[in-house]
Amino acid sequence: MDNSLEISETPHLRVRGLNVYYNGHHALKNISLDIPDKKITAIIGPSGCGKSTLLRTFNRLIDTIEGVKVKGEVMIDGVNIYDPKVEVTAIRRKMGLLSQRPCPLPMSIFDNVAYGPRIHGERGRQNLRNIVESNLRHVGLWEEVQDRLHKPASELSIGQQQRLCLARGLAVEPEIILGDESTSALDPVSSKKVEERFLELKNEYTIILVTHILRQAKRLADYVVFLYMGELIEHGPAAELFANPKESLTREYLTGIIS
Amino acid sequence: MNWRKIEEEFFLVMMRLASLLILAAFLAIMGTVIYYGLPALSWEMIFSAPKGGFYLGKEGGVANAIVGTFYLACGATIVSLIIGLPVTLVLNVFLKRGSKLAEFIRFSFDVLWGVPSIVYGAFGFTLMLYMGMRASLLWGIITVALVVLPAMCRAIDEVMRMIPGELQDASLSVGANKCETAFKVFARQALPGIVTATLISFGRAAGDAAAVLFTTGFTDAVPTSLAEPAATLPLAIFFQLGTPFPEVQQRAYASALILTALILLVSIAARLTGSRLSKYVIK
Repeated sequence: MDNSLEISETPHLRVRGLNVYYNGHHALKNISLDIPDKKITAIIGPSGCGKSTLLRTFNRLIDTIEGVKVKGEVMIDGVNIYDPKVEVTAIRRKMGLLSQRPCPLPMSIFDNVAYGPRIHGERGRQNLRNIVESNLRHVGLWEEVQDRLHKPASELSIGQQQRLCLARGLAVEPEIILGDESTSALDPVSSKKVEERFLELKNEYTIILVTHILRQAKRLADYVVFLYMGELIEHGPAAELFANPKESLTREYLTGIIS
Repeated sequence: MNWRKIEEEFFLVMMRLASLLILAAFLAIMGTVIYYGLPALSWEMIFSAPKGGFYLGKEGGVANAIVGTFYLACGATIVSLIIGLPVTLVLNVFLKRGSKLAEFIRFSFDVLWGVPSIVYGAFGFTLMLYMGMRASLLWGIITVALVVLPAMCRAIDEVMRMIPGELQDASLSVGANKCETAFKVFARQALPGIVTATLISFGRAAGDAAAVLFTTGFTDAVPTSLAEPAATLPLAIFFQLGTPFPEVQQRAYASALILTALILLVSIAARLTGSRLSKYVIK
């Protein structure tokens, strides 16, 4: 495993002094963090620790919830995304999201992948066809669906749906992929396929995964972030953090004393 | 036999009785309408307008009311869909999850839903007089659209609330804005619900007598423009049933049969188109 994990001076994603309040509840407490580029970063911690909240602050999906206040900075390519001047759709476009349950849109397989590019103005039929094919190939779904591209996406199996969602996210050419427990609704074989995709994709994308499965974090992660009760307890290269945690809370979590 | 078993048996019997009661009510209503209406039903009833002496049992039919009801119900349903769909999209896409304003709007629809349609009729009538206009198909459509709007909105809203938040996240996360998410994702996913809501509204619009009493008027002529008064089947039934002549009373049942058939036809048509359109809905 590659242990030489260096975070560049200007990473894609940098968090500074991030606080999130949810109806008075302090959900994330003063988090500062640099996410290494083109690696897999796993955010781990017991349920309710703020893992998903942190992930949702990265693409401002947290905006859709009533009563949430965000303070601090999340910098993407050096731009604070909570700056009021920033166009929120442009930020979200830079980040593909793969949610817990596969969530295909109510349209055909083809239209699911073409949804993003169409929204961003791509109209050429041949271009769209190329985009759909290359992204479906990218997630290893092309062979399985090439002769039923215009069938409803809901006819695919759950595992195929999740890979379709990944293709849909990739089709807008993001820089970062966010996964929110993306394999937890899948069967072991489908999970494995999705994990394989992540390992392949990390050469081109910065990947951030929220997971409550420690073994999955160990399998995939290059960098690990441990949250507990909304606080950032420890973060560091995966090999180091798993072998030799510095904080006692991390050790207790890793050994299963707290969960 | 122990207590739990008795309890189980008791509720099973009650549930069966309740189902039977519903079925019996349906059959009794249909039976009455068909039994009294069918003998009076004729092509003349359906295709001709009342002629002189129709209300005394002489020749003519209720074509004026059939056409009037059809125009009125279609018009009111379309108007309330044009208003209602954007409202429900605002409630479910544009307002944040758990928004107080959304809750308030839903509450006001519930209140409006419970308001009797005669109140809408009086309101429409006042508005009409204020604008210096007379009873016409147009004012009937406006008033009945107000009557069915709350039911329409709540029916669509209930379906849209069932759409998981992840679907919205999925659309937003590829950089779609809320408008695109609303029309390309939510409206599509809620399509079966929109069809049902439209049906409920059509039925309610076609069957309403109180709201049209002052605003649409009544005429023996088949309506040809929005500015003319129009006859409606519920009022036709009311007038025919109110006469002392048994032949005319029987025609009221025939009119009721026509009204029921009209709603049934529209329901079947809407269901058929709806099931074709909902091919892509995510279950």
